[in-house]
Amino acid sequence: MPHETTVIRGVRPYGEDPVDIVVATGVIAEIATAGSGAGRVIEASGLIALPGFVDIHTHLREPGREDAETVETGSRAAALGGFTAVFAMANTSPVADTAGVVEQVWHLGKATGLVDVFPVGAVTVGLGGEQLAELGAMATSAAQVRMFSDDGKCVHDAAIMRRALEYVKAFDGVIAQHAQEPRLTVDAQMNEGVLSGQLGLTGWPGVAEESIIARDVLLAEHVDSRLHVCHVSTAGSVEVIKWAKSRGIKVTAEVTPHHLLLTEDLVASYDPVYKVNPPLRTSADVTALRAALAAGTIDAIATDHAPHPHEDKDCEWAAAAFGMLGLQTAFSIAVLTMINSGLLDWRALADRMSVRPARIGRALGHGHDLKVGAPANICVVDPGASWVVEPATFASKSRNSPYAGMTLPGKVMHVLKAGKPTVECGDLAC
Amino acid sequence: MRHLLSAGDLNVDSACLILDTAAQLASVTDRTVKKFPTLRGRTVVNLFFEDSTRTRISFEIAAKRLSADVINFAAKGSSVSKGESLKDTALTLEAMGADAVVIRHGSSGAPHRLATAGWIQGSVVNAGDGTHEHPTQALLDAFTIRHHLRDGTGDLSGVRVAIVGDILHSRVARSNVLLLRTLGAHVTVVAPPTLMPYGVSQWPCAVSYDLDEVLPHVDAVMMLRVQSERMHAAYFPSVNEYSRRYGLNALRMGLLPPHAIVLHPGPMNRGMEISADVADGERAVMVEQVANGVSIRMAVLYLLLGGMTDDGKKEI
Ligand SMILES: [Zn+2]
Ligand SMILES: [Zn+2]
Repeated sequence: MPHETTVIRGVRPYGEDPVDIVVATGVIAEIATAGSGAGRVIEASGLIALPGFVDIHTHLREPGREDAETVETGSRAAALGGFTAVFAMANTSPVADTAGVVEQVWHLGKATGLVDVFPVGAVTVGLGGEQLAELGAMATSAAQVRMFSDDGKCVHDAAIMRRALEYVKAFDGVIAQHAQEPRLTVDAQMNEGVLSGQLGLTGWPGVAEESIIARDVLLAEHVDSRLHVCHVSTAGSVEVIKWAKSRGIKVTAEVTPHHLLLTEDLVASYDPVYKVNPPLRTSADVTALRAALAAGTIDAIATDHAPHPHEDKDCEWAAAAFGMLGLQTAFSIAVLTMINSGLLDWRALADRMSVRPARIGRALGHGHDLKVGAPANICVVDPGASWVVEPATFASKSRNSPYAGMTLPGKVMHVLKAGKPTVECGDLAC
Repeated sequence: MRHLLSAGDLNVDSACLILDTAAQLASVTDRTVKKFPTLRGRTVVNLFFEDSTRTRISFEIAAKRLSADVINFAAKGSSVSKGESLKDTALTLEAMGADAVVIRHGSSGAPHRLATAGWIQGSVVNAGDGTHEHPTQALLDAFTIRHHLRDGTGDLSGVRVAIVGDILHSRVARSNVLLLRTLGAHVTVVAPPTLMPYGVSQWPCAVSYDLDEVLPHVDAVMMLRVQSERMHAAYFPSVNEYSRRYGLNALRMGLLPPHAIVLHPGPMNRGMEISADVADGERAVMVEQVANGVSIRMAVLYLLLGGMTDDGKKEI
């Protein structure tokens, strides 16, 4: 139906004055006076329109761990979370370190069609940290990979990291680093601090993150390349990134929703739902991360959505897997931590959840301002609604949400991807 | 009290109740009977994911002296990669009707998880979890110290205790710092800085890197086992250097006040943290510690499974 026109009626772009957003042929055709647009109507008075969210850090687990998540179930969760694009991390089985695997993931995303799935390519073969993967082949494949990461593992060898940063310049790529000095984090289980000493859990010191970021920004400066820092978790990391940006180094950074809200005290329960890498830190770190996101030192919210089957969390702490779900709660956590606190307004939130992440990952067609001619990737949210998190109802195949039972503010109501509704009234459209 | 997971869960009253109950049980055992009918028909499971024959046997004797049925469940494969077996094992024990599970596990927090995850109904006793805690060891140490320095009654107000060795990896140290502090003792942990936990300055104890400076001012010194393999992770340069700086030998014994006693939770590394002559000397109380361990574990099982009412009063 190429000529179908959709009208998002009475919606407030970025929380501003109500308008009708008229969508046709996959783009925003007109922004009209509220009540004047004609076509298939989505009633949206009182709701806020934002550009569709872009998550530059998700684990969709396919191929290899389809018991935890698939591209299809992860896409559903993403759409319900207000996303129109997600970047799927490379630590699958087999690892996404060849053109063949990234194309497989890309095709699975296309087939599901609820969000644009951008595969992330591995930096090194098998995430082994020793030999560069065929980055160029992945870049020129159908998947057009631009972001490369060994996420889950740190590219710890400085020479390999330098070469990777240099090599991807040929196709405007970026290296997304999971900053974790491996020798400082052998068997690490939680944030290193007074609490880790009391609980008898091996500490994961902030310096293991900060020292790698410091090294990498200097490498990025030296070879004039783009570096992206995954899941920044400490106040010290913020200081290093701030310094690097002040020098003009091409570094960007993301923070997860859970690091904006949760703190290490939760670990005292020994409940593995709170086990995540990097670990939950202190309230001082949370405060610094929120301030850095508000200031733009940290560019983006990225979920690090990490689904795990029940048995991988229903065990003792040390045996449990690292990671938390994030796609279906990210927006509400952002409202809770950044909007309700007054640290960000809606336009700035759109910048951190859509515009900047799209730019970092070179997600074509995403992260555009809501204006005439822009691709119609639109998320419509109810800022006044609240909801109780019930993981059993999630579209994700897994249930490992640290927010179970919490009442969260803000609800994703409607999502359009390239003009086509993917979410209507909080449910999947198809 | 339903479980014994951490020495930090005990206040001075409940800790003294356990010590007093142990003393009472010990005196009756010495004089007349070897067995009490108290826990007849109750089932105590020893669930050991780590080999520790001495602790398992101590709990086994304690349970049998109270006439409980004892099942020794040696879960093979202590590696955490087989972690899901903790839940499966727990469900099996629940089906068997275990009234108490005594658990030793290599993973910190495993007893806590067993007690709170909803897998079982019975009481959980922590018999040592990872580098976290070993509360019955701390209780038997306190019992032994009280016997020698406080005539076997009351709390430990004013007693000065040094805990020396691998504090970082020691569950015995954590439980002892908590319990001794609760009982009013003044504790100093002594180790090279590499073997101190991060943030130890905020623990309820004093911290020293110098054993010789501490020894003249303590009434009891507790030497912890130090694994020589730790030197491969650069915690200290060599066995020789460690024992020169932190080992308790005859020369250092001269620094202790004459009344001071020497404890060790065992098994000892003779020549590492303690010299053979000190270990076998008359101020070493390790043999008593073992005997007292049975009395303490009897008291704990007795109070958890039978004797302690909700208002904290015991019935014998
Ligand atoms: Zn990561
Ligand atoms: Zn990740």
